[in-house]
Amino acid sequence: MTALVIAEHDGEHLSDATAKTVTAATKLGGDVHVLVAGPDAIAQAASKLGGVTKVLHAGDDAYAKQLAEPMAALIVGLAGDYDAILAPAGTDGKNFLPRVAALLDVMQISAITGVEGPDTFLRPIYAGNAVATVKSSDAKKVITVQATAFEAPSGEGSAPVEPVGEGVELPSVSDFVAEELTHSDRPELQGAKIVISGGRALGSTENFEEYIFPIADKIGAAVGASRAAVDAGYVPNDYQVGQTGKVVAPDLYIAVGISGAIQHLAGMKDSKVIVAINKDEEAPIFSVADYGLVADLFEALPKLKDALGA
Amino acid sequence: MKVLVPVKRVVDYNVKVRVKPDQSGVDLANVKMSMNPFDEIAVEEAVRLKEAGTVEEIVVVSIGPEKAQDQIRQALAMGADRGLLITAEGEVESLAVAKLLKAVCEEEKPDVVLLGKQAIDDDRNQTGQMLAALMGWSQGTFASKVEKDGDKLHVTREVDGGLQTIALSLPAVVTTDLRLNEPRYASLPNIMKAKKKPLDKKAASEFGVDLTPRLETLKVTEPPKREAGIKVESVEELVDKLKNEAGVL
Repeated sequence: MTALVIAEHDGEHLSDATAKTVTAATKLGGDVHVLVAGPDAIAQAASKLGGVTKVLHAGDDAYAKQLAEPMAALIVGLAGDYDAILAPAGTDGKNFLPRVAALLDVMQISAITGVEGPDTFLRPIYAGNAVATVKSSDAKKVITVQATAFEAPSGEGSAPVEPVGEGVELPSVSDFVAEELTHSDRPELQGAKIVISGGRALGSTENFEEYIFPIADKIGAAVGASRAAVDAGYVPNDYQVGQTGKVVAPDLYIAVGISGAIQHLAGMKDSKVIVAINKDEEAPIFSVADYGLVADLFEALPKLKDALGA
Repeated sequence: MKVLVPVKRVVDYNVKVRVKPDQSGVDLANVKMSMNPFDEIAVEEAVRLKEAGTVEEIVVVSIGPEKAQDQIRQALAMGADRGLLITAEGEVESLAVAKLLKAVCEEEKPDVVLLGKQAIDDDRNQTGQMLAALMGWSQGTFASKVEKDGDKLHVTREVDGGLQTIALSLPAVVTTDLRLNEPRYASLPNIMKAKKKPLDKKAASEFGVDLTPRLETLKVTEPPKREAGIKVESVEELVDKLKNEAGVL
């Protein structure tokens, strides 16, 4: 039994979700190898993850943007040696891994939150309103992992790095054109210990900048948002927390002016401590909040900023 | 161009489903059913491309129970040209759906297949990618913008770091994200007209595709419940609790 974890990275850093996916792979009970399709520095970082026994490194530029067609061709070429293939359920893994699954004639198990055995997994369905325990009859397992449900592996490894990908025939049906990435000095949303999210009640981009960002900077928090705030254009799409956006589970989640639709709750209800600030005391968000404050956010947030002090 | 739009009949997004006491699944009796919201966005995008003169024909296909024709009729009322219902009882897994859609693609020969990025019932996010793989076509997932540029399709995708634009050779599969458009409501005259649009029916068993599920659901349970906590009276009390009681600040 050997599992292959496909590393997630942004071209510069190995993601925290990759480490957590290694933990999920370890629970399958065999060796864990990691495939890095990207720069050498990331392969080196992956080789230091605890529990990893080998790193496969494909350095060809064709994989730089993680486009689905070349990624799937690379992974399918390596799949013969593995009993399970896993990737974090980020937008990269969700893009290329189902393509791999179909090429291998396997039914993918998406966004697992638990490993019950080598072929049995937990996964949320219906926006997290139910949890299914599913058993796969496919000989090879293809799995995306909801990384927030797993801890990063402990200890440090020193796995050998082996080059792969020579002679893979790459499809030429898609090309990278451009990207518009959100730049922020704040922590990355999915790895942050504290997240402060704003909803439609914020009313504008300026209000996010004036009321939410200074508090985030004071406590080292990442900034998130509800779908309504993203749809209204107050913040970019990659801020969205929820069923179809990002799933987060920080130590502290502060929801400001968010009513708490089930789709939003699906993305944050596993946070350790939840704070809700909303002027509607009937808002559903209060039913999951450890600490609720019924207040106008435009009055409460400046006070919160002051109370957080130096 | 010709566009194929697969749509799925799912529990309405406003319904909070309940797990059955015997843990065999969720209770779907007497629950409102609707078109998967992401598929509705796909239908809208196809109709807009047709209105802009980029698309000549829109074919809508659904795989599911007889009643899935309600969702096909809705798509026809929004502006699709004709429908195909592939009847199948019980759950058809994404891989089998992709195989059935492959058979439809081979017959219909669309230039683009536009569908939702995920269905809000099983939250799997894979059918479009699987279809692209089986056809050997390019894929543009999580689209927030779709534009025809010469013989390519430019798709702007919502990715973890922001937005990414790729150019796809045709034919291609595109899956929709939330910000692509806001679907229209069908007008009453269009709903009436849709009743006269052609809707073919075939049984899934006619396609020679193995529909046997690969995943067995052993049980379905309630997620761990979160109890509501306390209400604090002031910002000062909140900060005090977070520092001294919860220890998270």
